[in-house]
Amino acid sequence: MRFVDEFRNPELGHAVADAIAAAVEPGHEYRIMEVCGGHTHVIYKYGLNGLLPDNVKLVHGPGCPVCVLPIGRVDDGIAIAQHPEVILTCFGDMLRVPGSKLTLLEARARGADVRIVYSPLDALRLARENPDREVVFFAIGFETTAPATALTLMRAKAQGLGNFSCMCSHVLIEPPLRALLDDPDVRLDGFVGPGHVAAIVGTDAFEFIPRDYSRPVVVAGFEPLDLLQAIRMLVEQLRDGRHAVENQYARTVPAAGNRRALEAMADVFAVRPEFEWRGLGSIPHSALRLSDAYAELDAEQRFEMPHARVADRKACRCGEVLRGAISPTECRVFGTVCTPERPLGACMVSSEGACAAYYNFGRFECASATSA
Amino acid sequence: MRFRDERVTMAHGAGGKATQALVEDLLVPALANPALAELGDAARIVAGGAQLALSTDSFVVRPLRFPGGSIGELAVNGTVNDLAVSGARPLALSLSMILEEGLEASVLRGEVDAIAAAASAAGVSVVAGDTKVVERGHADGMYLCTAGVGVLDPRAELSPAALRPGDRVLVSGTVGDHGTAIMLARGELGLDAPVRSDTRSLWPAVDALLDAVGPALRCMRDATRGGVASVLNELARASGVAIVVRERDVPVSRAVAGAAEILGIDPLYIANEGKLLAFVAPEAADAALAALRGAPGCADAAEIGEVRAEPAAMVLVATGFGGHRVMDQLSGDPLPRIC
Repeated sequence: MRFVDEFRNPELGHAVADAIAAAVEPGHEYRIMEVCGGHTHVIYKYGLNGLLPDNVKLVHGPGCPVCVLPIGRVDDGIAIAQHPEVILTCFGDMLRVPGSKLTLLEARARGADVRIVYSPLDALRLARENPDREVVFFAIGFETTAPATALTLMRAKAQGLGNFSCMCSHVLIEPPLRALLDDPDVRLDGFVGPGHVAAIVGTDAFEFIPRDYSRPVVVAGFEPLDLLQAIRMLVEQLRDGRHAVENQYARTVPAAGNRRALEAMADVFAVRPEFEWRGLGSIPHSALRLSDAYAELDAEQRFEMPHARVADRKACRCGEVLRGAISPTECRVFGTVCTPERPLGACMVSSEGACAAYYNFGRFECASATSA
Repeated sequence: MRFRDERVTMAHGAGGKATQALVEDLLVPALANPALAELGDAARIVAGGAQLALSTDSFVVRPLRFPGGSIGELAVNGTVNDLAVSGARPLALSLSMILEEGLEASVLRGEVDAIAAAASAAGVSVVAGDTKVVERGHADGMYLCTAGVGVLDPRAELSPAALRPGDRVLVSGTVGDHGTAIMLARGELGLDAPVRSDTRSLWPAVDALLDAVGPALRCMRDATRGGVASVLNELARASGVAIVVRERDVPVSRAVAGAAEILGIDPLYIANEGKLLAFVAPEAADAALAALRGAPGCADAAEIGEVRAEPAAMVLVATGFGGHRVMDQLSGDPLPRIC
């Protein structure tokens, strides 16, 4: 595949890995957080850890949209789905996220009409095709997916579709990163910036990290070579005592972001005073609701929901995994009680979740390296 | 693995861990018998002097027709292939049809013709059958169930526990074609690509392998639901060995690779309906591959990996980029990632 294979070239990969090894200081540990779950997935899919020097540690960040969704929010979605007139639509990853009693997949087996869509526009189409049903789109994701939700809502409003609404659970990238950087227990030397989020918000949106926290950021693409190159740029900044936002993914990401997408978001959404994050607790100004102009399309106003705050399960340490405080294997239930088949915590659900990525791709990393 | 679920979900039918729990924890203990306990693609039955193989499969595909095939062809080839990879020459099939009230006769006629043509191509006779009709809204047009009987070939000495370190893994052609063709034919993804189902009888390929290397053939499987990954995991566990797949050597058509890339699905997990995996002693690997490539529909056959001693019961992928990862069995349906 053109424009894909070039970024998976193993010879170039080894050359960049050598450059990383040359740039790091032996004996010093480099803790680099890849913020985005998509990056976590790529790291394990291609076994990139095995190509890095031992003293470069990749720490998985909070950028997996389903992982950070709190249990109470899943319960709210299930409550809506259990209305007999409702077709609840969501992305596939949401189906296996555990709520307090059920997952959406289990709710479906009990009669709820839950359908996977690949785009919010598919939900809009379902609403047009089923005028006697209420179609609700369970919107999740960071700034990456929020513009598509915004455009869908603009279209729904223009078409006057009375049977469509949106349960908005979109979240923002900056507040959780600030929460992490303010946490004295979390030591991080630099960040691989989320390329898809940056394509919307721009690289400028990450300037607060070097400015307020003196840490380097390199916004990266999603092919293995992109990630290795970004790590190289980070360790070279650290070697030279610099901390700046650099753009490895310039083929997609402009410094100022996507103005039209940001305008659509500003029109359709408003910032919530606070939002509960799984494992991170309540973070002020960290999520979006529908703006007053779109209140009529807001599922939270159209349906009764429990709105309960449900504590994370005690045995589950997703919160610490999401903060990069522990690696997945340090959680006692990892791979035993909590597996992708029966996830206890959300990090085990999505292939972008650190635990699922580690379970699926990374277990026995050492075994594979020695036997292969 | 325990079957602890309160209700059946789609995951129980997806061929991954939930299916395994249902089979191994519910069905096998309840129906306890040695032929079933082997959990092969077909059961082996010895009666008098006869060495027979018996298999059954049901077909619930939507849409009924898709590029490269239809439910009728699948119903014949699916059961024929379960017999073939068990080392049995397929002899005869039974056919049960569950039809939905209101099904157009032309659709039914088309599928009966497809069944007849596929049976003829596979060299089997459909010798018994049954028809039921259910109320509208209950059967997606039609469900088919076939059972097949075959004669175990004396050249075959196959067992899922027979894999030894050093053995080579062969695949009979490109992977992921059938599952991709179905996903695209459903039209829900808004993608269009020239992908056709690979449904075909695998007996000629099996026959060629047995002829070429006989007892050096350790085991075969057709990589249907759950794809190549599920088969490899099953056999790594059954033999207590590791299997290492070289991602770069796995044949995948350009269109399937492109669709899988967009959907975020690994082709190694996508269903096939006419591809087998063969595990062969190292010294016979070249002869086996040559024989396989000469069989109809197997020109793209390739050696994709090998068996190792450690880490036992695991499947590893040597990625094209130089790293390694674990390739686990599928959990539930492959759900496309969101971003």
